[in-house]
Amino acid sequence: MSEAAAPVTRPSADPLPRRAIALVSGGLDSMLAVKVMQEQGIHVEGVNFFTGFCVEGHTHAIRKKDKDKNKRNNALWVAEELGIKLHIIDISEEYKDVVLNPKHGYGAHLNPCLDCKIFMVNQATLMLNKARELAGEKGFDFIITGEVVGQRPKSQRKETMPIISSESGADDRLLRPLSALNLPETLPEREGWVDRSRLHDFSGRNRKPQIELARRFGLEDYAQPSGGCCFLTDESYSRKLADLWRARNERRYELDDIMLLKVGRHIRPQPHLKLIISREEGENRFLEGYRYQFTSLTTVSCPGPLALVDGRFESEAELEQAAAIVARYSKGRGDDTVTVEVKEPGGVAREVRIAPARPEDIPKNWLVA
Amino acid sequence: MSDETLHDLDVRRQLCPIPVIKTQNKVAELAQGEVLRVTCTDPGALNDIPAWCRINGHEVLATEESDLEVVITLRVGEPSVAL
Repeated sequence: MSEAAAPVTRPSADPLPRRAIALVSGGLDSMLAVKVMQEQGIHVEGVNFFTGFCVEGHTHAIRKKDKDKNKRNNALWVAEELGIKLHIIDISEEYKDVVLNPKHGYGAHLNPCLDCKIFMVNQATLMLNKARELAGEKGFDFIITGEVVGQRPKSQRKETMPIISSESGADDRLLRPLSALNLPETLPEREGWVDRSRLHDFSGRNRKPQIELARRFGLEDYAQPSGGCCFLTDESYSRKLADLWRARNERRYELDDIMLLKVGRHIRPQPHLKLIISREEGENRFLEGYRYQFTSLTTVSCPGPLALVDGRFESEAELEQAAAIVARYSKGRGDDTVTVEVKEPGGVAREVRIAPARPEDIPKNWLVA
Repeated sequence: MSDETLHDLDVRRQLCPIPVIKTQNKVAELAQGEVLRVTCTDPGALNDIPAWCRINGHEVLATEESDLEVVITLRVGEPSVAL
């Protein structure tokens, strides 16, 4: 660590500003952290990591009823507001290990927040090292985040801040401009690249200091802080993920699995079989794209949803049961029978005439939510 | 655009930010001045890809939107420090 952390010495006349990589989530805190650095003449570029669990944009893109909502990606929007470059990095494959084996455990649900932060700062550290190797002085000198001591119960506590610095390998090249005065001095402060007296001492869950600082910077439009940037902090989503692992008898997932957990009504009538049933046209269109991978069911005698079968039918009775459930969510739910098309991933289709399930035929514990 | 090489990127059925990431990765392989046409189905790409271009110094030449698809054509700008 110490070798990589050695500062790059520059002659005092060197006009090049010091350069920082900022972890940009799209929320207010990282936005302010960047502003505080820019105020001190630091050149900042942002990185934003795609884990697969990001809430950002997905559900709006899928659901038709959200079509009129603003679909902007907040990280990109923030970068544009701040006038910084933004590098969006797909870490979804490497991130699996963080979700499946978090060394520091989970938060309230399946959110491995502390391991997640360590992982992201480590990724930024590797990027910093690589950029310095390739570009020398045009590389980067340190990393900043919008972390605030005491703001998050799992990851942003006074005792976890040094753990993130050391386990990520960033060590004292990691600066938290909003909370720096509550933390030991870091390399950029010691070297005089950053004036410590102009950093902040924010702590706790009170958002007033951030809102006041935003006002001072003239920032009026920013994403409302909710802590909800990751589906893993969502109770219902975490239950669906746990159900997936239980049904497979192993803890693993692919990107398609975790995308599909964000969509539709999930009903598990058999331990080895789950139906993902669209709730409106936007979800219908999204699930349509998966019909080449999954057996699918759709009503043909009346308008109705599209359902994917995650698992397999072990008998004709199971297929009929699934068809009856799909018919229950169609416009023909009051009809004596509904015709349901069952299509294999290869395109082979057959039709089943079935009486729609009654509400009492679908016990609450089949609903995975 | 007739004398320029036109590169194509198909990111249909992928949700943001994946279309942006794939655009970013494809642009990194191209030389300054080359033209890339990105076809998407996520309507969010209509905001996100042009925003990404503005931030990173690439020029959006055209955006087209139909009922099902969004097509964005851009010209690659100056390369930045690889991260």
